Amino acid sequence: MPLEIDHLRKTFGKFPALNSVSLRAEDSEFIALLGPSGSGKTTLLRCIAGLELPDSGSIRFQGENLLAQKVRDRRIGLVFQHYALFRHMTAAQNVAFGLKAKRGKEKPSAAVIKARVEELLALVQLEGLGGRYPSQLSGGQRQRVALARALAIEPRILLLDEPFGALDAKVRRELRRWLRQIHERTGLTTIFVTHDQEEALELADRVALLKDGALEQVGTPEELYHQPATPFVFEFLGDVVKLPCEIVDGAALIGGARVTLLGGSRRTAGAGVAHVRPDAFDVARGESEGLKATLGDVVSAGASARLDCRLDNGDALEIRVPHDLAQTLKPGERVSLRPREARVW
Amino acid sequence: MTARSPAAPTRDPAWLKWTLITVALAYVVVVLALPLLAVFVEALRKGEAAFFASFNEPAALSAIQLTLLVTAISVPLNTVFGLTAAWAITKFEFVGKSFLTTLIDLPLSVSPVIAGLVYVLLYSVHGWFGPFFAERGIEIIFAVPGIVLATTLVTFPYVARELIPLMQQQGTDEEAAAATLGAGPWRTFFLVTLPNVKWALTFGVLLCTARAMGEFGAVSVVSGHIRGQTSTMPLHVEILYNEYNFVAAFAIASLLALFALVTLAVRAVLESRFEAELAAADRT
Repeated sequence: MPLEIDHLRKTFGKFPALNSVSLRAEDSEFIALLGPSGSGKTTLLRCIAGLELPDSGSIRFQGENLLAQKVRDRRIGLVFQHYALFRHMTAAQNVAFGLKAKRGKEKPSAAVIKARVEELLALVQLEGLGGRYPSQLSGGQRQRVALARALAIEPRILLLDEPFGALDAKVRRELRRWLRQIHERTGLTTIFVTHDQEEALELADRVALLKDGALEQVGTPEELYHQPATPFVFEFLGDVVKLPCEIVDGAALIGGARVTLLGGSRRTAGAGVAHVRPDAFDVARGESEGLKATLGDVVSAGASARLDCRLDNGDALEIRVPHDLAQTLKPGERVSLRPREARVW
Repeated sequence: MTARSPAAPTRDPAWLKWTLITVALAYVVVVLALPLLAVFVEALRKGEAAFFASFNEPAALSAIQLTLLVTAISVPLNTVFGLTAAWAITKFEFVGKSFLTTLIDLPLSVSPVIAGLVYVLLYSVHGWFGPFFAERGIEIIFAVPGIVLATTLVTFPYVARELIPLMQQQGTDEEAAAATLGAGPWRTFFLVTLPNVKWALTFGVLLCTARAMGEFGAVSVVSGHIRGQTSTMPLHVEILYNEYNFVAAFAIASLLALFALVTLAVRAVLESRFEAELAAADRT
């Protein structure tokens, strides 16, 4: 049974944090709530968990009205951005907390709790560290304790608020892969909040992009990346170069060159602004079709290089080209830049 | 210029350091240590027998009992109130929050005598609520309830003030986490909130206890100084002193001072243990 969020609204004072958000998560789906800070993604997550009460709208799960249930009765696992581990309890005691809080017949025996805690610590690869206090663990380890603690209650939905926000880049990538594996193993409907588009695109089955408390676009990572519904989506998912263009016969004329318009673009004739990714340029030496420019700095950055170009109309333009090509170019050279593809809204 | 040690953490000259230390120490000796010592010296001036005899007297025993009773009532009251207020102020948003925060500090800035007078105004036979209680045979002013009320008022901020900054810093995430894990409010309070503030709470209670036992001004106004009935230890010291019974006065005073010193010592011991615990927790 899916999780259905319908026309959710929430304001803080006069600030509209959520403005009529509707979203549906299928069983076992892995959804990323992506957006800049202040876009309402954490508020949405907290509404699902029950830590915030929306002003209007509904959240239903397995046919039940979640909003009528108390936080403690929802059985929704939440991993907090700063983990919120109980600082005076060991990792094992943290994980056991939810099991011990169960009431009446549901409460497992001490032996069962112990076994389950060991099992969960093994799942998050923290065997043998159960006796450590949170302050004795690294950021990544705390993160995993928080996840094990949330999983202990056998949640019906798993929510993660910026799960990798406080970790360094290498640990982030490791944990990302590992979180995906955990999701595949548990099959839990999982929703995570992030402001990192790379993280969202890599991890999620579907990405919901929020802007100012409203959904801008919901879709698979491919859909968002290749068929962005709005300029905001396109700009949020990567760097963008904006160039004036003229649409003629279903193609964009940029610097005299005909450039293919991508799916979803406007095709009606007239002036427009072409949105192009910085790595979607063909660079030719000397004068040929395309934007004429003088090359400034060539900055090598791993597999690709950044070219700082000065267009003849005086505008600065930064594009990315493969490292091999960059090696053949010299600062001060005359080049022609031709976009391979563009989007116009 | 005086030569500077290369290991000195600051570039301040040595004479400045030693002057400051000397001034601070001299001040502490003159203002605190000497008077404290004098209390014990005076108490023992006529020998141990006279010292102990001072306690073996009905009025003295009654004063000690009353002080312990008043402390035993007002400290738990203020502990519960302090926890409630700190919880409300740090975990919720509500109208009048900053007003409540200011109000909690009021007893620290108002003279205790005024606190006592307010109770007289409210509860004496001619006061606002006095007749109501008098009709029902309940005496408040010049009786134990008045002393308890006055002491409670004066010692009211100590627990709350220790807790509020700590709880503010800790935020509400852990409580929210407990709720998502299925814990009810009581379970959350006893297993999450309370353990997180246990040291601050202990310090607050100790300070509150020390202050409750020693309160003079407010209690003096409401007690009526009835020897053997409404006289607490600080009041009894005054009575004895006014009767030129210096040995007995200083003997009782030394017992009060001893209570205060023990309280401080307990706090110091706990603090050093607390620091050790923190340091251990920080080691990775």
